[in-house]
Amino acid sequence: MAAPRIIVVGGGLAGLAAVIKIAEAGGTVDLFSIVPVKRSHSVCAQGGINAAKNLKGEGDTTYKHFDDTIYGGDFLANQSPVKAMCEAAPAIIDLLDRMGVTFNRTPEGLLDFRRFGGTLYNRTAFAGATTGQQLLYALDEQVRRFEAAGKVKKYEGWEFLSAVLDSKGVARGITALDLRSMELRSFAADAIILATGGIGAIFGKSTNSVVCTGSAQSAIFQQGAHYANGEFIQVHPTCIPGEDKLRLMSESARGEGGRVWVPRKSGDKRDAKQIPEADRWYFLEEWYPKYGNLVPRDVATRAIHKVVYEHGLGIDGQPMVYLDLTHIDRATLNRKLEGILEIYEKFVGVDPRDHPMKIFPGMHYTMGGLWVDFNQMTNIPGVFAAGECEYQYHGANRLGANSLLSCIYAGFISGPIALNYAKSLPAAEGDGGHAAEIKRQAEINGALLSNQGTENPFKLWRELGQTMTEHVTVIRYNKGLKEADEKIVELLERFKNVNLSDRSQWANTSFAFARQLKNMLELSRVVAQGALLRDESRGAHYKPDFPERNDEKFLKTTKASFTGQPEGPRLEYEEVDTAHIQPRRRSYEASN
Amino acid sequence: MAEKKVTLEIKRQASPEDPSQWERFELDWRPGMNVISAMMEIAANPVTADGRATTPVTYDSNCLEEICGSCAMRINGKARMACSSLVDNLEQPIKVEPLSKFPLVRDLQVDRSVLFENLKAVQAWVPIDGTYDLGAGPRILPQQQEVSYPLSNCISCTCCMEVCPQFNEGTGFVGAATIAQVKLFNDNPIGRVLKEERLRALAGDGGIQECGFAQNCVEVCPKQLPLTSAISDVSRDVLLQKVKDLFRS
Repeated sequence: MAAPRIIVVGGGLAGLAAVIKIAEAGGTVDLFSIVPVKRSHSVCAQGGINAAKNLKGEGDTTYKHFDDTIYGGDFLANQSPVKAMCEAAPAIIDLLDRMGVTFNRTPEGLLDFRRFGGTLYNRTAFAGATTGQQLLYALDEQVRRFEAAGKVKKYEGWEFLSAVLDSKGVARGITALDLRSMELRSFAADAIILATGGIGAIFGKSTNSVVCTGSAQSAIFQQGAHYANGEFIQVHPTCIPGEDKLRLMSESARGEGGRVWVPRKSGDKRDAKQIPEADRWYFLEEWYPKYGNLVPRDVATRAIHKVVYEHGLGIDGQPMVYLDLTHIDRATLNRKLEGILEIYEKFVGVDPRDHPMKIFPGMHYTMGGLWVDFNQMTNIPGVFAAGECEYQYHGANRLGANSLLSCIYAGFISGPIALNYAKSLPAAEGDGGHAAEIKRQAEINGALLSNQGTENPFKLWRELGQTMTEHVTVIRYNKGLKEADEKIVELLERFKNVNLSDRSQWANTSFAFARQLKNMLELSRVVAQGALLRDESRGAHYKPDFPERNDEKFLKTTKASFTGQPEGPRLEYEEVDTAHIQPRRRSYEASN
Repeated sequence: MAEKKVTLEIKRQASPEDPSQWERFELDWRPGMNVISAMMEIAANPVTADGRATTPVTYDSNCLEEICGSCAMRINGKARMACSSLVDNLEQPIKVEPLSKFPLVRDLQVDRSVLFENLKAVQAWVPIDGTYDLGAGPRILPQQQEVSYPLSNCISCTCCMEVCPQFNEGTGFVGAATIAQVKLFNDNPIGRVLKEERLRALAGDGGIQECGFAQNCVEVCPKQLPLTSAISDVSRDVLLQKVKDLFRS
């Protein structure tokens, strides 16, 4: 039998982790990525990666990490995979260390750890405030090593369009678009791992990179894959609002002692430094004395919203609060946080070592994603998923510094599982569906290029972002969610009238974007409708009209499937694995 | 009252074979605007200042926070990242051109894969035995971490190569970014197992002796890598390696 062929789509942490494990096990991999893999969105992660190494004498354990993660996710995550991830974490940190990641060190030369949100332990290993960059580079270097050895072939500058499915619905390859030559091609594979990241672009502006459109997930969803817990969207409490994106200001700023506050008096015109302690309201510390500024992100985000919109205390009447590091000495700040301080300095023009930063919540992460089983396989045989594009590890809210871990862990386990699956896959009948899928894609491309409408895809996208941000982020009302869904339906209708201002067949970014946009619109309906039907509040999903968690009805995974009908996706609910920890009330106030 | 405007002149070229021409755009000014948001604005309304319909500009970008290294281009004659180029800090009209030392793809997009090939040639990785659990890594003192971390901040933007007078087809010079990575991995307690091979890779034509110490690299680096000191250190090591190899042969 011929050696199995695996395709990995996406070259961020999850994709690269999968590639490394497959190559190490003797397999060969075709790696597809829109951007050179070293430029993937994982590079943006800042604060660190969690593992209960217990190097600070605090008595931390992997079980406590597991409990914090499940509790932080409001009990929506299936517990067994999360438990396994937390148990694997310490060895993953050791491995990254051996790969040469420049983690910060203690005076004794050991790994340093800091605190992050939703835990009372120093559990987060970090490399300055550019941990994602350092981890991505470490895996990128190992993949380059396998590439030099002929085990990995990279297709950088290619965008995944669809899976090739045979007559039995089993994956036999992918179709992809060369973003330079605009060539459409299909590639054969015995198993596919999607590691295609986040979906920030459906909210217009977010902390995500340009490529995080969710287009690949949506495409496979439209081919029959289930999409789970789509309504769970993390809005990060501390971002710098910008014209082109929302720039993340890492939770590590608070982990290192940063304090969030607003002036007690509405419309206080004084410069932040002129406002004495007595006139400052450290509302997180007051409301959550045990966790203080390090409550989980959903809690901090709602608190900031409340202070700004209900108490009317945003700085200068603007939707912004202070994140203050000025009480920490410059040397410590530079050693531990320089990367993010530079971002603030460069993009705002103010030195955050001297002046409190002005920040506001922004869309950051999707806890939901492609439904996968405990072997990381979607319901389409041969299509696996790992990383932010799948739903498995974070429940209703992700804890800071758990995403890098979940990416690497899921990548590591999905690689060998996919390889084993591929080894036992019977040969395809006929061409495995390649010709039919190429034809389908060519028709979509042709229609798009010859369309003579009036709608600019970039303008449609802005409208999508506005409606999603307004109705489907921090505070959700059923009326607004219905409006959002109606707006998406309108945009889908107008998309039929889309007109590309560029019809050329060379490096045509409008064309690639229009294809992504259609997929973004379909995925947005999953998010909006999932939120509409979930009449409770859990983790990041908050409805003032249904302020309590309702375990009886909604301690369940939402599973969406594509219908192609005007009413949108079909939603069903699946039991959550609570085999290890009995669900309890989640509260970060004085005691829990 | 007329709204405050921003004027950009962008060098356009439909493909490597096509001629280039400049297009002028006039956009409404917005607070905090950068060169990327200006190009997003053009994509949503692709019309030149003289009212002619055109195509959205092709350019590389991803993170928009100067960490992915994608959006390097020449802005007002200087190699820099478009995302961190704030319109308010730039003289107008803002002239935007592609990097000049790399094969052009289209408009502002160029092919910089040579850097990744160079990283392969110098084996810029730690050759670990395997990814299975082999226990903790080596102890590294904070002083060493503080030397290595800045080098590992290189975002592969290639600005240092663009501004280097020696980086051209004639010399085949690898450029500062790759040399800095050689220092990073040669300093690593496990990475140094390949130290001699890396130094030999930099010993021949296109290697480190091509550097003319113009020091443009260190000035232009958006992440302030200590490029010239890395080049000095690696230069010395390459020389020592040559002497050693001479006596060995």
